[in-house]
Amino acid sequence: MKDQLQALEKEALQKVEDASSLKELQDVRVAYLGKKGPITEVLKGMGKLSKEERPVIGELANKVRGQVAEAIDSKKAGIEAAELEKQLAEETIDVTLPGRPIPTGGPHLLTSIVEEIEDLFIGMGFEVREGPEVETDYYNFEALNLPKDHPARDMQDTFYITDEILMRTHTSPVQARTMNMIKGERSVKMICPGKVYRRDTDDATHSHQFTQIEGLYVDKNVRMSDLKGVLDRFAKQMFGEDREIRLRPSFFPFTEPSVEMDISCKVCNGEGCSVCKRTGWIEILGAGMVHPRVLKMAGYDPEEYSGFAFGMGPDRIAMLKYGVDDIRHFYTNDIRFLKQYHQA
Amino acid sequence: MFVSINWLKNYVDIDQISPEDLAERITKTGIEVDGLERFANKVNNVVVGYVEACEKHPNADKLNLCQVNVGEETLQIICGAPNIAKGQKVAVAKPGAVLPGNFKIKKAKLRGVESNGMICSLQELGVEEKFVPKEFANGIFVFPEDAETGTDVTELLNLDDIIIELDLTPNRSDALSMLGVAYEVAAILDVPIRLPHTNYHAAEEKTEDHVSVKVEASEQNPYYGAFLVKDVKVGTSPLWMRNYLMAAGIRPINNVVDITNYVLLEYGQPLHAFDYDKFGSTEVVVRMANEGETIVTLDDQERTLSSEHLVITNGKEPVALAGVMGGADTEVSDQTTSVLLEAAYFDGKTVRKASKEFDLRSEASTRFEKGVDPNRVRKAGEKACLLLEKYAGATVLAGISEFDQLEYSEKTVTIWTSTINARLGTDISNEEIADILRKLHFNFEQDDETFTVYAPTRRQDIVIFEDMLEEVARIYGYDNLPFTLPSGGSQAGGLTKQQELKRHVKRFLEGAGLSETVTYSLTTKDRATQLISPEVAKDLVSTVSLAMPMSEEHSTLRLSLLPEMLASVAYNLARKQSNVAYYELGSIFISKEEKVSQQPEEKLRLAGALTGEWLTHPWQQEKKSVDFFVVKGILEALFDSLSVKVNFVQEKVDGMHPGRTACLYIGDRAIGFAGQIHPQVQKEYDLKDTFVFDIDFDYILEVHENEPSFAGIPRYPSVTRDIALVVDETVQAGAIQATIAEAGGELVKDIQVFDVYQGEHLTEGKKSIAFSLFYQDPSRTLTDEEVEASYQAILAAVADQHQAELRG
Repeated sequence: MKDQLQALEKEALQKVEDASSLKELQDVRVAYLGKKGPITEVLKGMGKLSKEERPVIGELANKVRGQVAEAIDSKKAGIEAAELEKQLAEETIDVTLPGRPIPTGGPHLLTSIVEEIEDLFIGMGFEVREGPEVETDYYNFEALNLPKDHPARDMQDTFYITDEILMRTHTSPVQARTMNMIKGERSVKMICPGKVYRRDTDDATHSHQFTQIEGLYVDKNVRMSDLKGVLDRFAKQMFGEDREIRLRPSFFPFTEPSVEMDISCKVCNGEGCSVCKRTGWIEILGAGMVHPRVLKMAGYDPEEYSGFAFGMGPDRIAMLKYGVDDIRHFYTNDIRFLKQYHQA
Repeated sequence: MFVSINWLKNYVDIDQISPEDLAERITKTGIEVDGLERFANKVNNVVVGYVEACEKHPNADKLNLCQVNVGEETLQIICGAPNIAKGQKVAVAKPGAVLPGNFKIKKAKLRGVESNGMICSLQELGVEEKFVPKEFANGIFVFPEDAETGTDVTELLNLDDIIIELDLTPNRSDALSMLGVAYEVAAILDVPIRLPHTNYHAAEEKTEDHVSVKVEASEQNPYYGAFLVKDVKVGTSPLWMRNYLMAAGIRPINNVVDITNYVLLEYGQPLHAFDYDKFGSTEVVVRMANEGETIVTLDDQERTLSSEHLVITNGKEPVALAGVMGGADTEVSDQTTSVLLEAAYFDGKTVRKASKEFDLRSEASTRFEKGVDPNRVRKAGEKACLLLEKYAGATVLAGISEFDQLEYSEKTVTIWTSTINARLGTDISNEEIADILRKLHFNFEQDDETFTVYAPTRRQDIVIFEDMLEEVARIYGYDNLPFTLPSGGSQAGGLTKQQELKRHVKRFLEGAGLSETVTYSLTTKDRATQLISPEVAKDLVSTVSLAMPMSEEHSTLRLSLLPEMLASVAYNLARKQSNVAYYELGSIFISKEEKVSQQPEEKLRLAGALTGEWLTHPWQQEKKSVDFFVVKGILEALFDSLSVKVNFVQEKVDGMHPGRTACLYIGDRAIGFAGQIHPQVQKEYDLKDTFVFDIDFDYILEVHENEPSFAGIPRYPSVTRDIALVVDETVQAGAIQATIAEAGGELVKDIQVFDVYQGEHLTEGKKSIAFSLFYQDPSRTLTDEEVEASYQAILAAVADQHQAELRG
């Protein structure tokens, strides 16, 4: 029986070796290890053996069984791996083919700039306020120290709807409205972005509609050096840490003193080039200390409170920052233009 | 204001600083310099020549053969100018000279005759045509007789002058005069200022014997001074004066006009010269015009006046529109011998009104509008008399006939060093402040840190403390202010919930594939009334239009974002950009009045327009054009993200495809619409199939629930049952779904349409809709019985309400 088992083992292992598919391998398993298989047959015949032989043959039979089973498992793993490999090889794709596109959109460049500026001032403790685009003469002009017949009204050509109602020419009326609401009872630290309108003929550098962001900080003991500090931080974050700012005198009816802020030209680093008209400086915004009459009209005591205000044009800033050569691009909405600024 | 450096040098020493540096200092300290330009260019080898002989060229009719003495030699030069003549002093470019435009002068032969140079016009020397005196405009320039032969013309013609162009802000009208600029420069550079004298020789004869002055409108005309000059010889003004005028951008005319212009520029005080013999009386009466009264002004236009216009009259009729323009009848001409010279102070508002109304802005009116210096009115008249005496051979009569109620005193402003420092954030000393005031030539009294400043009348802009704060700050230098950050309250900045929500919506739509647009709020009257959402149109009374639009194109406020957006889409289609997906968040303007008397209501709308292909992926055979459901899918996802429940109800909207448009509702409240643009409207806009939406965003902000609460993750399995129903083709899926939801009970958590079929295997006029129903109970596992019960209830309900049959 021993010889018989050993012969069976040899035979079975050979068949395992020869099997080339999982099916063949399964046949071998059934043939040799199944209930009707030869090894089982051998074991069935064990009753005829002597007491001494029984455990020896039994052990041998189990060993043979084990070895055949192990060989089958190992062969099976091998075949499975080969088949998987074959399947995977067949599944190979051309990864250089184009992907399935997803529709992509993005913000308007002006929105990106406005939000960037908003976030920057929010970081300095400012809140964002909004107001109507159609304003009263009072809030657009009079509350800002621009009485009717004031020569400075010429600086801003206005779209009137009636004598008293107009398209706002700046977002400063939002400041006047906010201060009026607070009635001089506490400090105000705000920026107001929005659309504004002027009687201009549209060309490369003028638009009858454009965007403005104005800022206001009114509190006890606000100093002009604070204005300079805040604007310097703004300029450096917006245009780069190596930008310098300078203030020079200007005039706005709602501030006194009034200044304009220039930043050193990025193109030539202040050396003078065609972008900065050889001055080394580029005008970015207007600012100043809030005029005491404006404070008074809004209910603040100018002896106790002081403040600064500033105003800038995101259109112009976008043009400078991204080299946009025509302001009309912002309002034409050519998809090719818009998409250029969708990248973060 | 154009400031000639050479002219300026008469009042302040600026030789130690380059014009570029000076311009930079002026810009940084007070007035923005807009540009720095050379008047012309320095030329070499161009000298004054004396035309000793001038004959016709032997071979050419239009040319002359001249012998010109240029100092050390006499040159034979051929000249084609019509005004060349023997005895003239002219500008001669000698061989070797290089004229503007790199025009090199060489010896040449013209029609067989040698020519050794060129006699020049001012234009050829680089002077702008518009400044060249008319008499020389079409020929060569002729020097006054006293020009020395052989002298270089560069200096003589002021060709090397540099012009600083000042961009004046409305408060700095003091710099509308050379003296004002001189004070500014003196303060900046801390150099002394030299003021011109005005002493003329008065004749014995008295002005008051020939002219009287009466002012009936003293508020509008607090000062009127009349000077009388006789024996005037109208002619050419001196070369230096003409040079300065040209440099300042004014074309020389004749000595009388040039002198009034020169004084205007020097003092900032406009003057007017009347021909005394044509004045028509011996009395000057200043009054408000009579309603309907007329005057023919210098530009030969008849102007009809009203009682708001101030006029100078001869007691009978107007002879000038005060401060704006003189009358044609009394204009100074070549024949004028006696001049009545007006030096007056006219109220700015009155002048502004007239100049604006008649569109007659001039150097004179601009200055009156901004307010002239009371202390220079009479002085300017005196200076003009001095110049007329010197350069027009005039005899100036003694005294001035005048009306005078003008306020001459200086305003006092008190400043304190400590307050200045507190406002600027500086540490300026009392001494520094005193020094700044001295540089500015402001009189003041000092008591320790208190300064009482007497603001000179030339600086009408200085009235209150803050005005002086600015003076101190700018002379101290803004560069010298420290950088500080506000010390006051550390309030946290941030966006409001609504502002954050706006950003969320923008990012969401951008992520969904839409590009943001910004379109104009002002549109055409037509477009303003198109595609208005029904809930907006409902209580609309009229559109809001500008009183005086620049063009019809931008005349009326929009009531929908869509028309301008569609125009943008069409713009892209016309440029072969056929796939466009846009959204915009912006205001519309609703007035509920027939005639606007209040601000219109501004409502924030969220609108979008999509056209072309939504997805193109050719090699995997995927292609999807934009359709209603693309738009609806985006909106549904958006509303989901905002946790608002919006219903789409099939309705008709003007301008929209009648079968492919839905109105949107939150509960009973209409909030906008979505759908396809009506094919006819698409055609008008040059569009292909375009799908749009327009939503009341203010309302979304209002109803949006902010903080979502945690609902837990379901722990028990859900059961899915599918149900396919056959119904009439007119029955809407939404209606069936509503019935299912109601009949199915609380256990039905979600209902999804997974198939819609019409055609073969179905009776005509019928369609089949298949739904997946998701049952779930968060607290336990469902039994088959309860799901089945719900399912049967649903079947009964849809059969009852929609005659729906289970598809076999």
